[in-house]
Amino acid sequence: MFLKRIALAGAVSLMGSAAFAACSYENEVPIKSLSAGFEAWKAVTDAMAECGNFQAELDQEFRTKQPAAFEANPSLYQIGGVSNGTITPLLNAGTIRPLDDLVEKYGQNLSPNQLIRVNGQIMAIAMMVNTQHLMYRSDILADLGIETPTSWDEVYAAAAQIKEAGVVDYPLGATMKSGWNLAQEFVNMYPGFGGVFFNENNTTAVNSEAGMKALATMQKALEYTDPEVLVSDSTYVQQQFQQGKIAMANLWASRAGAMNDEAESQVVGKVAMAAAPVAMEGGAPATTLWWDGIVIAKNISDEEADAAFRLAMEGLDSEMVQGANDAAIWLVPGYEPNEIAVGAIATATANPAPPAYPSTTQMGLLHTALGNELPAFLTGERDAAATLVAIEEAYTTSAKEAGVLQ
Amino acid sequence: MKFKTFAAFVGPSVFMMLLFIAAPLVSVFVQSFQVTQPILEQVEVETCTPGFLTQTCTTETKTIPVLDENGKTLTETRWVGLQSYQNVLQMDKFWEAVGNGSWNDIMQIDFWKALRFTLSFTLLTLPLVIGVGLAIALAVNNATRAIRGPIIFVSLLPFIITPVIGSLSIYWLFVGDGILTAMMERWTGTNISMFAQAWTIELLMYFYRVWHVAPFAFVIFYAGLQTVNMDTLESAVIDGASRWERLRHVIIPHLMPLIIFIALIHLMDCYRVFEEIVGFRSQAHVISLQWLTYDFMTPDDAGNRAISRASASAMLTMIGIVFLLILPLRRTWRDHKGSSH
Repeated sequence: MFLKRIALAGAVSLMGSAAFAACSYENEVPIKSLSAGFEAWKAVTDAMAECGNFQAELDQEFRTKQPAAFEANPSLYQIGGVSNGTITPLLNAGTIRPLDDLVEKYGQNLSPNQLIRVNGQIMAIAMMVNTQHLMYRSDILADLGIETPTSWDEVYAAAAQIKEAGVVDYPLGATMKSGWNLAQEFVNMYPGFGGVFFNENNTTAVNSEAGMKALATMQKALEYTDPEVLVSDSTYVQQQFQQGKIAMANLWASRAGAMNDEAESQVVGKVAMAAAPVAMEGGAPATTLWWDGIVIAKNISDEEADAAFRLAMEGLDSEMVQGANDAAIWLVPGYEPNEIAVGAIATATANPAPPAYPSTTQMGLLHTALGNELPAFLTGERDAAATLVAIEEAYTTSAKEAGVLQ
Repeated sequence: MKFKTFAAFVGPSVFMMLLFIAAPLVSVFVQSFQVTQPILEQVEVETCTPGFLTQTCTTETKTIPVLDENGKTLTETRWVGLQSYQNVLQMDKFWEAVGNGSWNDIMQIDFWKALRFTLSFTLLTLPLVIGVGLAIALAVNNATRAIRGPIIFVSLLPFIITPVIGSLSIYWLFVGDGILTAMMERWTGTNISMFAQAWTIELLMYFYRVWHVAPFAFVIFYAGLQTVNMDTLESAVIDGASRWERLRHVIIPHLMPLIIFIALIHLMDCYRVFEEIVGFRSQAHVISLQWLTYDFMTPDDAGNRAISRASASAMLTMIGIVFLLILPLRRTWRDHKGSSH
């Protein structure tokens, strides 16, 4: 991993000086970008670097830096990598620019599906979709004669069978690290039971029957997971899969490619993807849809914006996708979905479809409240009803402080 | 010393303290009584998100901040009195839990949960650090001169490791199938999960902190041991005092000012315990006061951060430290006054 990073850093610095081979033009304006650091972003920023004069910052903590960096004048970065969760503070502060004219100039190859419109204006260009879906060891399920689970009840039934057979350390993996990850598990499960997050007046509606059901379903997972599940994030679950320690998990589609990475994985070709399990009969898959894409800062000159957008289009072309087909579920034309994309596509096209992550100021506050209050329920210190009350109170306190509630 | 010389030496330090400690403290103090909110409006927003093949557009009412003509968010600052302190302390819930006599209920309130851990962490590691530090110092002092250098070097190593890195190392050694957990599992033949329950995590934290800070105490004590009055020690030997009695009646009284000094530093450092929480990812089970402040400060995906509560929580942490330090400080003051006459 470390060597790989060094090699990558070396490669990037070389690109800055020498090889412009794969780029159709030479970039004259210095451009910087700030984005998350997973595989897909590496592929995109590497493709942009081929045009020269480009510096990419790949940082998993980008979400805390981005709002302040874009608010500076001139903005510290021209290009930002965002997801539908992290675009909210930029939209709220008005630090990203509408892209309609630039799309007209350089965006001939974009598909209409990629244009993220807010009130009719194009504010971002999506490049990939992401969702948490079911990943499972197809060999283990086949050996035990288990059908691919489609609901959480079936997942737990399968987990019980796998536990009985004792073929892996833990039948289930889960991204339940307390804080953001654990809150996200609830955000997936709760709409699956038909729950809505907010009332008309911005108060939260999680203290409901759907909330009780979501908590009960989450708690059942603990019978089958690693006892240390409250510290396990996506990377940890991915590694558990790669090392053959778990048989099933509801994990991010962006992690699917790693299962077949021969340098890291002992289970190459054995992990299959399926739609996220439904929480209740006839409901939508219990997950949320996400997209990742690029935005252009507002506080920069029009020339810079022009150059930045042109560069971004070069990074998001079909050539890049063909070189990194398995890194993500791309929205870019030229992408060929293969077996590892099956689960994400089945999830996104399910009927009824799962909701997109509801990114709003209130949701940010509720997400934090969930992340702080849910652990006490899963450690058994507090029952479900009291936990929902605690979440409601925590949200109300912070919503009042943020001015969302009076 | 002439006042001018004195001022020239102390001046820069006082200036730095005012600029980097006093001024921020005042600002935090003021902010803990204020709430700054953006001015919000409700607007209908149509947002389109991509599915795999087509987009779905939804129109919903969103609450968003109002921008002025320069594109800056308009904010409004209000005085709210002790509201932020109340939000952190949650006294109503606290008294209700006390009324029910339910310890578990008190531990459900973040602040009190954090205070419980911070206090037990500080007070339990204090005697251990002093004890272990003194033991190492005595051992080194009695070791032959030839091996003293290497021993001092090795025992100082834990102290020079960056705290975050140190706690991460412990986490990696003990999490899931970390080397040490795997070893313990082989010995005992049972499945061990050190990070699955609060008490094992706390135990690791105590262990880590003592391992990390004991060298500091050791260095100070070792220096102190070099100044023990040999005549007194020798006369104690002649009087037939045992090794223990010499330690109890000669060495420890001699080192007492140093023990107080280490206690002061340790109380201040430990009350701000933070690295262990982040390094061990223990938020689900164990949190500290400093972590609570940090958590209020951390922006969520929508960019909200609870500055007022963070300020209140920081002030409460400071008040806590002052309370803890009163006892040892009073003692030092008495000693100081006693010796000056």
